Amino acid sequence: MPFACIFIADFPVEALLRAEPELRSQSLAVLEGKAPLQKVLAVNENARRGGLNPGMSKLQIEACAGLVLRSRSLSQEAAAHAALLDCAQSFSPRVEAAGCDTIVLDLAGLHPLFGSLPKIARALSRRASDLGLEVNVAVAGNPDAAALAARGFSGVTVIPEGKEAEQLGSLPVEVLFGNSAQESGQLLETFSRWGIRKLRDLAALPDVALSERLGQAGIHLQKLARGDISRTLVPFEPPLIFEEVIELEYPLMLLEPLAFLLGRLLDQLCARLEARALATQELRLDLELQNGYQRDESDGLALGSPHGLFSRTLRLPVPLLDSRIFLKLLQLDLKAHPPGAPIVKIHLAAEPVRPRAAQNGLFLPPAPEPEKLELTLARIAGIVGEDKVGSLELLDTHRPDGFRMHRFAPEPFSPQGHRGTEKKNSHLSAHVSSINSSVSPCLRGGDDLVTALRIYRPPVNVAVSMQDGRPAQITCSKNKEMQGEILWAAGPWRSSGDWWEQEGWARDEWDIAVQGETGIALYRLVHDRLGWKWFLEGSYD
Amino acid sequence: MSSLPLISTAAVGRPIAIAAPDWSTLIFKRLSAMPKLAGVTSASRLEVRPIPQMVPSGVREIDTLTGGLPRGCLTEVCGPASSGRTSVWLAALAAATQRQEVCALIDISDAFNPLSAAAAGVDFERLLWIRCGMRLQKSGSPQRHRDSEKKGKIEKPVEQALRVTDLLLQSGGFGLVIIDLGDTPLQMARRIPLTSWFRFQRAVEHTAMVLFVVTREPCAQTCASLLLKVSGKKLSALGFQFSAKTSLEKTFPAHAQLLCGLQVQGELLRSRLERKPSQSVTAAFTTKVRAG
Repeated sequence: MPFACIFIADFPVEALLRAEPELRSQSLAVLEGKAPLQKVLAVNENARRGGLNPGMSKLQIEACAGLVLRSRSLSQEAAAHAALLDCAQSFSPRVEAAGCDTIVLDLAGLHPLFGSLPKIARALSRRASDLGLEVNVAVAGNPDAAALAARGFSGVTVIPEGKEAEQLGSLPVEVLFGNSAQESGQLLETFSRWGIRKLRDLAALPDVALSERLGQAGIHLQKLARGDISRTLVPFEPPLIFEEVIELEYPLMLLEPLAFLLGRLLDQLCARLEARALATQELRLDLELQNGYQRDESDGLALGSPHGLFSRTLRLPVPLLDSRIFLKLLQLDLKAHPPGAPIVKIHLAAEPVRPRAAQNGLFLPPAPEPEKLELTLARIAGIVGEDKVGSLELLDTHRPDGFRMHRFAPEPFSPQGHRGTEKKNSHLSAHVSSINSSVSPCLRGGDDLVTALRIYRPPVNVAVSMQDGRPAQITCSKNKEMQGEILWAAGPWRSSGDWWEQEGWARDEWDIAVQGETGIALYRLVHDRLGWKWFLEGSYD
Repeated sequence: MSSLPLISTAAVGRPIAIAAPDWSTLIFKRLSAMPKLAGVTSASRLEVRPIPQMVPSGVREIDTLTGGLPRGCLTEVCGPASSGRTSVWLAALAAATQRQEVCALIDISDAFNPLSAAAAGVDFERLLWIRCGMRLQKSGSPQRHRDSEKKGKIEKPVEQALRVTDLLLQSGGFGLVIIDLGDTPLQMARRIPLTSWFRFQRAVEHTAMVLFVVTREPCAQTCASLLLKVSGKKLSALGFQFSAKTSLEKTFPAHAQLLCGLQVQGELLRSRLERKPSQSVTAAFTTKVRAG
């Protein structure tokens, strides 16, 4: 039964390089500890060639020219580990997290799906590279042999069945201890004194003699070196959490460099989601702001957010997986709601959902693509304002302008659409008809058009002269077109509501005809009985 | 024109014998041989613009008059206040949403009445309503608002509408896009550059979109494939005529007998879709009050 192991050498360095790939060509050292006692935790290959090694103090390495120093970021390491798990999960459901930098997966039964073992190993390496990680991949007959080969050989290694001892023999004994090599210094010293440098030397030792000197630990190490140890894989089900973090060395003050970093994070998130065949419908951006930022309620901070944390949530009507669209949407959102303070840490999370499955047809009515529509809506919101674009919903009230705006998300075509529409508007028809319930029933029916009312927002205040209890003349100081003698008036239509609340209303409505310059215009004249004001609510058109 | 040879006989010194059927072919051959005219297509070989697909406008009389609304074209409906323009585009909107098309309304004067639309049968789930107008500043400070206005940061509604229209047309996928310039002052509407209308017309060309513009007076000029003028004929109230003021006092409507509707007359001013009519043709229809 074949197993594969994915191993990341210099994991803390690789986790940082994932966020800053431009540092890959430079010497990089990752520091750990509190100043001034910081020590080197890991270095990349360039730094190692320059003579730097883990364990050196910051003072020792500061003099090196061209060396880039970074502090260890546990959150970025966690994100890199999660990305590694996603990479493995995209191939096999049986995955073991053997360490933060080592993942073992069971390849049994993958041959029909992904091809031969070398092909699978190369595909694993490619997928990890897409996720921004440089990894070693090894395939062997048992998990431990695969793990040893991945630690010892760089690139892709495939060990044929039964050739484990031969292939692993050339590796140094240090690979047996992995990350705990420093803790196992005593055993290593013993091996050194015995003159055992390679695994084949250890494999060749007599079992009984080794057992007498090193006990069961020695036997276990020898079996590992021979590659004939067998154990059961401990499957790990990683939680579906997709988060990416960047801790910045210097505070960011402009949106442009922020967009650059966001683009990188979104690429990584989308690659991870794609590896798990998922999409997202909600993106959450948390920006940690520099100390000293004073929270202001009017700046768009989410309520309940802690001091110095700026949060924005992007909700999408359909599941999407396009980092460019996400980036544009976040840019537009941040342009409309700027953080207002320098940024020191970026945290981006995606809520995973199943991707949208849509079957298009040749004869379906035209509909905008959801991705394009979202971008268009965001851009339009940037022009007219967020609250002025969207779909509307009528409220169950007789109050004028009883509606609210909500996000525009047209439903896909359905053959039962007409019935659905009728159902949706059924409560509405009842509401509308209740206004005119006393009007002759012959008015509703057939294909008769509806006389539309155009609303003035805000209403136009007018002065009204009354004659015999009816409006006879209106005067409007703001608009000369809306004044003159009232040629015809019908009404009043009296209505009131919400009197049990503070926002009660009571009004008399008149339909009036006024001779204007271009002809006779029909208006709806309203008398507010609570405020004792007259105003034109709209015109019939 | 067809009998004139391309090269005069005096130039060559002898008559040129060109067979009648090959004459045009020869000309095209010679013209195409000229390097300056290599990429030029002659007018006689231009592609004939296909007849656009027509969709119902929601008003039977208008459909009879014009054949419907052309897809991929700009349709303009103009008329003064209380002429029935809004009723016409509401009917078109209702018809489009009932066909399950996604529609957009660019409401420049924020005059859209949802109750009227609901009574007309508009499906709000498929209507994108864009309310142009002054943007409220987050701080809510009037002073800041005035300052921004002075600096010219706040766009006028018409400018907003033009930008929004560009975005919507580029996005594509909409069945009907309505630009409501009904309450926009005529001077402002006429200030919209002709290039904008040309751009809109080109953007909707070869798409399934109907671009519907509502104005007081024609603004889109030659960019409009269909130009319809509407005018209110008379006020129809129950049992009396609007003009008869003397009888109005006698037959004052009861409480429930208020405004019943409008009689609207539609006149086809221009249509590029068929042979130009020798004289303008009209159609009359009536609207009914259903919504409050």
